Parts: sequence; C-alpha cells; structure tokens
Amino acid sequence: MTMSSRLTDITEADIAAERERNPGVFGAPLGERLYAWMAWGGTTALTGYCLYRFGFLSGDFLHGVSKFGDTVVGQMFPPEGYENLPIFLKAIGETVAMAFLGTLLGAFWALPLSFLASKNMMRSRPVQFGTRRFADLLRSFDYLIWALIFVRAVGLGPLAGIMAIAIVETGTFIKLYSEAIENLDRKQIDGVTSLGGNWMHRIWFGVLPQVLPMMLSNTLYMFEHNVRSASILGIVGAGGIGFLLGDRLRAYELREACLIIILIIITVYAIDYLSKFLREQLIGDHKRREPIDDAVQI
Amino acid sequence: MTGAPSRAGTGGVAARFEAQYAQYRRQKRIYAATFGTIFVACLIASIVTTKFSLWTLLDGVPRATEFLARMLPPLHWNSFSEDFSAWYWNAGDWFHSLLNTLLMAYLATILGTLIGGAISFFAARNLAQNFAVYWIARRILEIARTVPDIVWALLFVFAFGIGPVAGILAITVHTLGAQGKLFAEVNENISPLPIDGLRSAGGNWFHEMRFGVLPQVLPNYLSYTFWRFELNVRSATIVGFVGAGGIGHDLFTAVQLLYFADVGAILLMIVATIMAIDMLSEKIRHGVIGKASFSH
Repeated sequence: MTMSSRLTDITEADIAAERERNPGVFGAPLGERLYAWMAWGGTTALTGYCLYRFGFLSGDFLHGVSKFGDTVVGQMFPPEGYENLPIFLKAIGETVAMAFLGTLLGAFWALPLSFLASKNMMRSRPVQFGTRRFADLLRSFDYLIWALIFVRAVGLGPLAGIMAIAIVETGTFIKLYSEAIENLDRKQIDGVTSLGGNWMHRIWFGVLPQVLPMMLSNTLYMFEHNVRSASILGIVGAGGIGFLLGDRLRAYELREACLIIILIIITVYAIDYLSKFLREQLIGDHKRREPIDDAVQI
Repeated sequence: MTGAPSRAGTGGVAARFEAQYAQYRRQKRIYAATFGTIFVACLIASIVTTKFSLWTLLDGVPRATEFLARMLPPLHWNSFSEDFSAWYWNAGDWFHSLLNTLLMAYLATILGTLIGGAISFFAARNLAQNFAVYWIARRILEIARTVPDIVWALLFVFAFGIGPVAGILAITVHTLGAQGKLFAEVNENISPLPIDGLRSAGGNWFHEMRFGVLPQVLPNYLSYTFWRFELNVRSATIVGFVGAGGIGHDLFTAVQLLYFADVGAILLMIVATIMAIDMLSEKIRHGVIGKASFSH
C-alpha cells in the first residue's frame, strides 16, 4: 500500500504531486484570480477615494460624530410632548388613510392597464411594450419626488401625498399584476371560449378567479409598504405625521420628534401584523412569493 | 324493491350535497359581506380624514398638466442643439451633483454592507453564540431600517451640517439595517457540514466563519449588494430635499423657485441614470447568480 490512511504520513512531496495532477482543485486559474483581485482592488480604491472626497478622513467628521452623540442623541431622550398625543394620533390616522387611498387609486388605475401590459392578453407588441415602459417610468421616481411636484400642483396637504402614492403604485401594480396575468393557466380561458364566451366572459370567469388572490395579496403587501412611505411624505408638505415630524425636527424639538418616531415605528409594526394576518385569512398564502424586489424597499 | 333504497340513497347524497353547498355559499356570502363592510368603512373613514375630494383633484389637473407642459421647453428641429443647450444651461453643476449622488450611493452601500454584514453573523440564530447578543443585534438592525432614511438624514444634518456626509450616513444606517436582516437570513440557511468539518480540524469561531460560512453566502451577499445599490441611488436622489447633498438639492431648489424647465431637465437626468444603473446592475447580478449556481 502506497496510499497512507494517516494524515501525518502525507509528505510535502505527496501534496505537490497531487497539486501537479489536479491544479483546479487547489485554486482558481491565474486569470480568474487576477480578475477577482482587480474587482476587489477597484472597489477598495473607489471607496477610499469617496471617503477622501466627502471629507470622512478629516477632523470635521470626528467633530460631527461627537456632536451627533452629545446634542442629537443626548437631546432626543427621554421623549416628550405627551400632551400633544391626540394631535399626533390624528396625524397617524391621516397617514394610514393616505396610504389606503393611494394604494386603492393605484390599484384601480393599474387593473385595466395591466391587461395591456401582459404578453398573453395584448396582441399588439408595441402597446404591451409601451405600457411596461410607462410603468417603469412611473416607478423610477421616488415617492418624495412625486410628492414635491404634487404639492406644487394641488397644494399642501394629504391630497398631494395620496397622488404621489397612487402614481408610484400604478407603476408597481401594472408590473405586479401583469406578471400574475402572464403566469396564469390558459386552460380555463379555453374552457370559457369553448362554451361560447366573449372576451368579457373570458376575463371575468377565466382570468380574474385565477389572478385575484395574487393581486389582493400584492395589494395588501404594498399597502403595508406605503404606510412607511406615507409617514415621511409630510416632510415636503404632503400631509400626514411626516409634516409634524419635519416641523418638530426643524424647530429642534428633538424630544417631541423622538416621540413621533416611536409612534411611527409602532404604527408600522401594527400595520405589518394586521396585513400579514389578513393575507393569511383571505388568501391562505403562508408561503407567499415576495413581490418584485426592486419595487419594495425593506 | 331493489331500486327504491338505492334511489333514496342517491337522493340522500344529493340532498346532503345541496345542503352543504348552500351552507358553503352562505358562509362565502357572510365573509364577503363582512370584509366588504369593513372595506367600505375604511374607505369612508379615509376619505373623511384626508378630506379627499374629487373636485379638488380635478381642480388640480389643469395646474398639474401646465406644470408638466412647462417642464419641457420648446425644442425646434432646426435649432435643436441651441434649444437643448439652453435647456441644460446649468449642465455642469447638475452633472457634478449627479456624480456626487452616485458616489454617495456607492459609499453608503459599501459602508452599510460592511457593518450590516458584520452584525448579521450575530443576528443569525444558528451562528450567534448566545441569546442576548442575538437579541441585541436583531433590535439594532430593526431600528436602523424601520426609521426612514430621510429621517436619519434630518438628524445627521444637525450634527454634520448641510452636505453629502449627512446623506451618506443616513443611507448607510438604513442600508446596514436592511442588509443585516437579509444577510442573517442567508446565514440561517447555510449547510452546517463545512462548519463541523472546520471545528473537527480545530478551527476557532473566526475560522468557522471565514472558511465555513463565507464561501457559502458570498454569492447571495453580492447579489443583494448590487440590488441595494440600485435602491440607494434612488434614496440618494431624495436626501437632498432636507439638505443632505446630491442632485435632490438642485431639484428641490428648482421646484421651490418654480423653474419648471430646470425641474424637467433634472428629472430627465435622474430617470436616465436610474434606468441605466438598473440595467447594468441587473446584468452583473445575473452574472453573479449564474456563477453561484455553477459552482454548486
């Protein structure tokens, strides 16, 4: 037996011989390694340059860190302003209502458009492609950008926030709904057609029963997400709790701002649980597929 | 005599079916009525709270369309280049802001991922060494990502002044919360066999993490990081609204001063950048995932 069964009996020569025979097992080829090193090196160099460019390496940054510790964190706790709690809670209600109406309007507009955007429902390729790109365009601006524009168009208040959410959600729902429609089972539609159904019947009895649970689940999920978005839209004047938060922060009332932040966190968690509960009750989808990742900020 | 009981039997089955079906329908109707009522109640409550009115909305439509129309100045075919350069009169400053925005998103992604990644090893149930550390790590990540990045930006502007540093830190904090949670989930789904192997060969905790865990999780980490970069570019365009640097500052000023053409020009730059970054990142992401599935 030349092969030893004990680890200590393996000599350097054995290892070298083995390396000679199977180079791929011991390491990646030189080209691949060089490529990886260049990628890591480039990333590190660019990071270093950014740190230098934005002044992270100067004394100002350390000064800011200590200032953040002393004056910001130090002045936030303990939270104060409990006498204003009714006003805050009313604003929280307004925030949730904004998210609700915005999501609903978005779903309402997206439902017909999503049929135009699905390959299996829309024969005309340019219309299908155009609707998809239109949806991408609506989604690519953040809620706050739309809110800023709508505050100018319809004035300060929750209406601007509702419109901002509705516009972004129209884009998101066109994408989500049309994906659900494209994944449906053709046989049920064929069944309706074979019984002499027209296109209305095909959609009502063949398409909607299949896609509705998925659509409802996605809509609830986006509502949950929109409560988070709605809580900050007020910072640019679009109503809700964010308006009070921005106001308190700009007036340096950090303790009251802290109370508002805590209220926002509680609301977000409560809505998350409620929506999760509803999704499971209504649709029973315990293993729900996450909706498109690029629409949802975790 | 022989047929009667069997007919009665089928009759019984049919009757039972009818009864159950009727009950099922009744239950469905009750469900639908309950949820319908709750839904309508929520709708009415929302409309009342936000004072939503279709008239105000319709009133705003002409103003909104005028706003949109004025964002695109007249561009004539035979004087296109002059018109275009007149529209982008401030292109130098805007491109500088846009570059800053991208670099802010880049730096925040790197810093947030490094910190979040480090915390994720303590926030994974199978890797954390004791429950207290696990619990604290989870709460830190939760707070970091539940507070919106624009709120972090407002807070950091107090300490670091107006400028990109506040924005970078705000996005970093949000990123570390999100990445830490996602990475911890990746860590929880790994195979324990390589770790057992390292432990049996006398490796310490660091060896286990570096040689047992990291090779398994790195492809997923990279994929999440590219995706996070896409999201952070979007965030970096808005933190400027509260003075935290980037193109958002130019946009905010243009909207406040009602320079409609400038608003249009900046929005066009933002949307072109975001679409380009998304496409590029998606390509790289698929490349990374392709490699990951290839190596298994």
